[in-house]
Amino acid sequence: MSAGVIDSAVTRSGQRSNRLATLWQGRWKYLAGAIMITLALVMLLPIYATVTASVKLPSEAAAIPPTYFPQTFSIESYAKLWDYQHGLPRYLFNSFATAFLAIIFTVCLTVPAGYALARFPIPGKELLFVLLLTSLIIPYQALLTPIFLMFAQLKLTNSLVGLAIIHTAIQLPFSLYIMRNSFESIPKELEEAAVIDGCNTFQLLIRICIPSVVPSIVTVALFAFITSWNEFLGALVMLNKGEMFTLPLVLAASRTVNMLGGTDWGMLQAGVTVSIIPCVGVYLLLQKYYVSGLLTGAVK
Amino acid sequence: MYSSANSKWLGLLYLTPALLFVGVFTIYPLMQMVWVSFNNWTLISPPKYVGLNNFTKAFSDRQFWISLTFTLKYTLLITPILMIGGYAIALLVSGNSVLQRFTRTVVFLPVVIGLGASSLLWYWLFSADAGFINTILRDLGIIPDRILWLGVNADTSNWAIIISIVWKVIGFGMILFVGAIQGISTEVNEAALVDGASGWQRVWSITLPLTLRTILLVTLISVIGSLLAFDQFYIMTAGQPQNLTATSVFFIYLNSFPYLKLGYGAALSLILAVFILLFTLVQMLLTRRSHA
Repeated sequence: MSAGVIDSAVTRSGQRSNRLATLWQGRWKYLAGAIMITLALVMLLPIYATVTASVKLPSEAAAIPPTYFPQTFSIESYAKLWDYQHGLPRYLFNSFATAFLAIIFTVCLTVPAGYALARFPIPGKELLFVLLLTSLIIPYQALLTPIFLMFAQLKLTNSLVGLAIIHTAIQLPFSLYIMRNSFESIPKELEEAAVIDGCNTFQLLIRICIPSVVPSIVTVALFAFITSWNEFLGALVMLNKGEMFTLPLVLAASRTVNMLGGTDWGMLQAGVTVSIIPCVGVYLLLQKYYVSGLLTGAVK
Repeated sequence: MYSSANSKWLGLLYLTPALLFVGVFTIYPLMQMVWVSFNNWTLISPPKYVGLNNFTKAFSDRQFWISLTFTLKYTLLITPILMIGGYAIALLVSGNSVLQRFTRTVVFLPVVIGLGASSLLWYWLFSADAGFINTILRDLGIIPDRILWLGVNADTSNWAIIISIVWKVIGFGMILFVGAIQGISTEVNEAALVDGASGWQRVWSITLPLTLRTILLVTLISVIGSLLAFDQFYIMTAGQPQNLTATSVFFIYLNSFPYLKLGYGAALSLILAVFILLFTLVQMLLTRRSHA
């Protein structure tokens, strides 16, 4: 009896708050929608501005005040960028080659290491894992001075290989963590069946384990690409010959120089657009890998 | 299969390349940094042992304190904006409607753009005459005359850079917060709904406490990121005016590379590394306690 009274009281107050909630939800939905659209527009405006500036005639791109909507259309800024100093193709090659090497190094180091950490009874394994993650707590910005000294002796300054090594070192802890987790989540039954067929551990790794961790390898490669493509300080420290510059370096260098001593805004924004495209492209294509990698990698 | 007698060594073999790499390119430089920091070294002349000189020099160097306090100021100003802003956006977009997923993607987009590229973009937007910020503010009647945002006044430069970095990285915290909010079991929220809890009550007494670990984690990541800020200042102000906007990493960079005071640079790097390490340890203790 009393239970019934309480029940109906709960239902009644539940109904009332539900009615309030629906009324509130109705308005809230429109308000939230408006906020989201505004937010998305504000976030996109800088990108809109840079892309449109890059396709204005250089004279319009340099106009004071700037024009909100392009009055002219021209690829002249891109043409200038193409021929800027050692030429855009050279800088694109440097950036892509460094990123490619960084991906190869990262994957080749962390796939076997992740496999070893997930499966083998290595003595002192936890300690070794912590050792491998050292660079998580020592910022690479602090290590650049001694690395520069070492690279100067090894003739690795002004070398894309040297730069790729730095990018790999930055990316290693995150990638190792992802790979180890990924190998750990493979059901052991798969490998047990293969062992009965007489596979050794290397064959197990190649035939059974690697095919099941392909998504993680994609994630690791994707992060290595974005890190390397965008990295600035390491490149600034290691590269001082113009023909070795990566894209961010040459753009930063171009921000203050043209014949009149001012900045060529159109060409600069063409450069920004070019350097944004690969990142945004791979992110939009591989968004699922990116976000899942971030969620597992960061929330340790 | 992994328990045979030699599998220990086999496992170590798979681990060797990574161990060698970290040994050569992280551990060894770390030890060398400690050694170099006790020496005066300019690359041209051989290193000369000077004991703790580089460290005492740092603490009496005016620019050391300017850089440190400026970096702390930048960090203290930007962190609350990133955390509160990122969390508010996460609450707004944590559902799965088309508009919410679209907004999520758009807000996250600048995170994948390079800091160099985004700094060059904002360097232009904030430039006094050709930039849009002054143009928009003037067209809206908010400011009568153009503002010289970058490189003239340290505070104005700082705010301009903070705005650009908020645009660039707010999506990072947002996406981790969305992950944490979506990870809260729906039963907990439904129970609260049945109890008649309002939207704000639910945020305050369920969502926030249950995502506390992620909040602390994102705080740690963004504070460390801000303490290590370099690219945006190098590109947007080049440390101007008078190195008042030269951050700690910028100060290390200036000493180690253009000036080639490698011993001094190493000592400064070591101070920075210890500072970051202490901060990480404190934060990790906090996180562990909040978890228990």
